[in-house]
Amino acid sequence: MDDRIEKRIELKAPVPRVWRALTDYREFGEWFRVKLDGPFVPGQISRGHITYPGYEHLKWEAVVQKMEPERLFSFTWHPYAVDPRADYSKETPTLVEFRLEKTASGTLLVLTESGFDKIPSNRRLEAFRRNEGGWAEQMKNIEKHVAQAS
Amino acid sequence: MSPKRRSNIAARPRPRSPVFAALGDETRLALVTKLSSGQPRSISQLTNSQLNKGSRLTRQAITKHLRVLERAGIVHSVRVGRESRFEFDPQPIAGIQEYLDFVSEQWDHALSRLKSFVED
Repeated sequence: MDDRIEKRIELKAPVPRVWRALTDYREFGEWFRVKLDGPFVPGQISRGHITYPGYEHLKWEAVVQKMEPERLFSFTWHPYAVDPRADYSKETPTLVEFRLEKTASGTLLVLTESGFDKIPSNRRLEAFRRNEGGWAEQMKNIEKHVAQAS
Repeated sequence: MSPKRRSNIAARPRPRSPVFAALGDETRLALVTKLSSGQPRSISQLTNSQLNKGSRLTRQAITKHLRVLERAGIVHSVRVGRESRFEFDPQPIAGIQEYLDFVSEQWDHALSRLKSFVED
């Protein structure tokens, strides 16, 4: 069974543009829908809070791992740690990596998230079951909104 | 509403169930495949069946692998007369798939927002 997620997406924008969208904390916050307290610095904790309407009470926290300009940006976090009552700090985080490659039409972005085998399944299921409905619904609304706006 | 209150209720934390780790082994995957037909089987039956082509595992080795699967909640042992039989529980594996699908879907949404963001 696969314990990692991999996504490949072609972006019609040059690599430096995509790099900025990923690693400038304000730009990252725009599309990820999170308000971050400060810039990303390798080895440091990035903190902020979710900006979805109704979910502002949720904190966002990640540890920036690598920033290899226009090539690799990675952080570790607790994926969609959406239960405000749960203490995720003792759990092993997953690793999120964004890799960029120049293509004829712009940029190929490869996203991987790995390390799901370390998350205790009872927590996984709890967090998922409690929040799945509302969270997924919210994501759909936002996508609709973005689609209309663009 | 603090995490403390929750851990007080669970006086002894439940054993963690690393389902993926349990499945990350050829022999255990073979055992799960064998048991997923639904019929509980004894250790002897599992030892005697050809799990891996070529390699013949001892009863002791099979028992060890079954214990790992049991701790992850993927199999349960049931008593049939004087014998222990092992039974497949699909729940933990189904749960993981759901969770991964969920996280995967969130990434699809986030990346499509990123796409609009950089292409505008």
